[in-house]
Amino acid sequence: MRVMVKIKRFNPGRDREPYWAEYEVDVEPVDRVLDALEYVKWHLDGTLAFRRSCAHGICGSDAMLINGRNRLACKVLVKELGARITVEPLRGFPVIKDLVVDMEGFFAKYRAIKPYLIHDEPPPETEWRQSPEERARFDDTTKCILCAACTTSCPSFWANGAYIGPAAIVNAHRFIFDSRDRGAAERLAVLNTGLGVWRCRTIFNCVEACPRGIDVTRAIAEVKRALLFSSL
Amino acid sequence: MTTVHRYDAVIVGAGGAGLRAALEVARVTPRIAVVSKLYPIRSHTGTAQGGIGAALGNMEEDHWEWHMFDTVKGSDYLADQDAVEIMCQEAIACVYELEHWGLPFDRTPEGKIAQRRFGGHTRNFGEAPVRRACHAADRTGHMILQTLYQQCIKHEVTFFNEFHVVDLLLEDNVCRGVVALSLADGELHVFHAKAVLFATGGFGRMYKVTSNARSLTGDGVAIALRRGIPLEDMEFFQFHPTGIYKLGILISEAARGEGGILRNRQGERFMERYAPTLLDLAPRDIISRCMYTEIREGRGIDGKDYLHLDLTHLGREVIEKKLPDVTDFVRTYLGIDPIREPIPVQPTAHYAMGGIPTDVRGRVIRDEKNTPVLGFYAAGECACVSVHGANRLGTNSLVDILVFGKLAGRDMAEYLRGADFAPLPKDADGPAREECERLLTSNGSESVARLRETLQREMMDKASVFRTQEGLEAMLTTLKELKDRYRRVRIQDKGKIFNMDLQEALELGYLLDLAEVTVVSALARRESRGAHYREDFPKRDDAEWLKHTLAYRLDGEFELRYKPVVITRFQPLERKY
Ligand SMILES: Cc1cc2nc3c(=O)[nH]c(=O)nc-3n(C[C@H](O)[C@H](O)[C@H](O)COP(=O)(O)OP(=O)(O)OC[C@H]3O[C@@H](n4cnc5c(N)ncnc54)[C@H](O)[C@@H]3O)c2cc1C
Ligand code: SF4
Ligand code: FES
Repeated sequence: MRVMVKIKRFNPGRDREPYWAEYEVDVEPVDRVLDALEYVKWHLDGTLAFRRSCAHGICGSDAMLINGRNRLACKVLVKELGARITVEPLRGFPVIKDLVVDMEGFFAKYRAIKPYLIHDEPPPETEWRQSPEERARFDDTTKCILCAACTTSCPSFWANGAYIGPAAIVNAHRFIFDSRDRGAAERLAVLNTGLGVWRCRTIFNCVEACPRGIDVTRAIAEVKRALLFSSL
Repeated sequence: MTTVHRYDAVIVGAGGAGLRAALEVARVTPRIAVVSKLYPIRSHTGTAQGGIGAALGNMEEDHWEWHMFDTVKGSDYLADQDAVEIMCQEAIACVYELEHWGLPFDRTPEGKIAQRRFGGHTRNFGEAPVRRACHAADRTGHMILQTLYQQCIKHEVTFFNEFHVVDLLLEDNVCRGVVALSLADGELHVFHAKAVLFATGGFGRMYKVTSNARSLTGDGVAIALRRGIPLEDMEFFQFHPTGIYKLGILISEAARGEGGILRNRQGERFMERYAPTLLDLAPRDIISRCMYTEIREGRGIDGKDYLHLDLTHLGREVIEKKLPDVTDFVRTYLGIDPIREPIPVQPTAHYAMGGIPTDVRGRVIRDEKNTPVLGFYAAGECACVSVHGANRLGTNSLVDILVFGKLAGRDMAEYLRGADFAPLPKDADGPAREECERLLTSNGSESVARLRETLQREMMDKASVFRTQEGLEAMLTTLKELKDRYRRVRIQDKGKIFNMDLQEALELGYLLDLAEVTVVSALARRESRGAHYREDFPKRDDAEWLKHTLAYRLDGEFELRYKPVVITRFQPLERKY
């Protein structure tokens, strides 16, 4: 199957402005968009840059804007998209080159919510006990692969890049609702600001963008509720 | 000007092994840096699915001695038993430690860590399968990687992300640091250190069908070889029975642990004929060979080169709850619903048993007398302790990376106390600069992609599950040609910023070196053991070959030496399942 792949390219060392490049690519319908990008890289234009590693939707490297939606290039099949594929870097991050964006700010926000179990009592000899129900409480948010698809699809983030963003809130949720964790108050304090959860306007782009099927808006709503109850 | 950094310890690689070691070293010094070509959480440990083995005995009786026996037998008796003993004992503490750090394991009704069955893990020295694999659905590796990274954040470990290490600074048997290429701006950086640990993972990318990520190109292993370190047991490369047909994406053994069955074109559960006790949970080397045999004898599905993994009898509840990610892969990439249809699978190149030789303290050794290289450590898939011998059991790599990541880190911490910075070699980054320059300026006509494709196809054909002298010799000739062509490789991207073209060329260089060691070691070993199966020598030969290979490359020529296997509790027996 022959498809036209249109890629937004930019090399700050060379180009003044981003520009569109088009490539005609031979692929199988069951190929991934990632395969199409690699075809371009390996056979048509070796200067193209993008990130990828696992190629099956687990490492979170290759979130990008594909036909107008944030998706993992390795998790979309060409046949879903038809004969024209448009690929752009994630919005709202500085572009390093082509589809490679600067993720430092994104990870700084992740670190800001203290993404580690906070529990200072000495541990037991074996495991902390946790019932299957308690474990299920935060299962959804443990799936996050930090791909940034949610945060960069969020109009609130586009409007203000300092907004902590859905990904960081999802990861705060993962700990706040873990029965073993004692750090909810510290994390909620970080989130209880104008640039924290309250900037979320419940637009739902994030849910649609998440390649792991996490109910991001629900996680945010639960964090908001926890804040309301904790401040009572 | 090259930037020079100074850290007491540098850890190369931010997968499970590197991060676990970093946490150990960070207890004694803040002057530690983790250098990784990927962002830590993109590392391949994150894709591990099924579980981590430890004899917790949470669901039924279990003992670390049983785990040890299974590991030794699974290794076809090539594993060093002193190392296996340490691993199986320490596994238990390592799993509890992860839980205390927050790892969200699945739970039993009493709130303990849940465990499942896995290939080759048995109760009472081989009687029947046992529940030993601790799991978090089928994303155990994802949770391990995240938990370790989270602890590194907590302890404020310094990271250099997207720094590709290209050279090891080693002189007079003393390690002095590494040289790395910063991908963001194309500059070389020298890391001057008292001690270095390599935790760079595997190299499945030398085969066409593989479960391994694009990044698994054996960088650290090849760099060590180039710096005069021998490589151990490189002829043993594991093929996992159930890769998604053509794509190689892994369907975890957990699918069979939960009751999945392999079937041929007649719908027959063919493992009944080969392994009457463990059936579909026999070790991987055995099942992969049986699958190839079924296919060769015309019993592949539609006569083609794949078989079926049948989960349809397990029901929606088990499939979606216990194997959610695997289910998602099958639906996404094959458009098949595993609840209703069997999954087309074929063996996929999965795990390198061989690698950089180390002792049980993680110290890299340079000869058959176990002489350590001062200040140089290795852990994880790039290392060979050896706990997996000729064939690794499922769940044992995650154990390996944690236990030996920790022990190597501990030994490094100890070493740092007494060690000084050995001076940097003159022109420390000279060789690395030359290599990059040569690739950037070459105007040959060969393409990296094409050479790599040929390498992967030919290795799959001639040096995978079944091997013969003829095939291996032909492969060696092919490799000579490929290496010659590699010298004329031309890359298109001449720029500095995020030059993937240069990176892929470097990676191909590593793969070519490692493929060569694999084939040379495999040609010499005239027996069949574990994952190394010689059709011309189909029997295991303990009298001649119960020993580890150490392959050196000196001035371009290979020299093979051998090292005895450590046997403590379990004498070699015939392997039946
Ligand atoms: C699909 C899949 C499923 C698996 N499931 C299981 C399982 O259920 N149980 C089990 O026990 N095992 C499993 N394994 C095996 C196990 O996951 C791996 O062997 C293990 O995670 C390897 O860990 P590591 O830390 O050694 O390397 P990796 O996690 O691969 O990390 C390597 C690190 O090295 C870095 N690196 C590499 N080269 C360079 C360089 N040149 N410069 C700088 N940095 C570099 C990378 O960036 C990365 O951070 C599975 C493997 C696969 C492929
Ligand atoms: S919540 Fe989903 S979209 Fe957002 S970073 Fe995590 S995996 Fe990606
Ligand atoms: S390459 Fe890993 S998520 Fe796409």
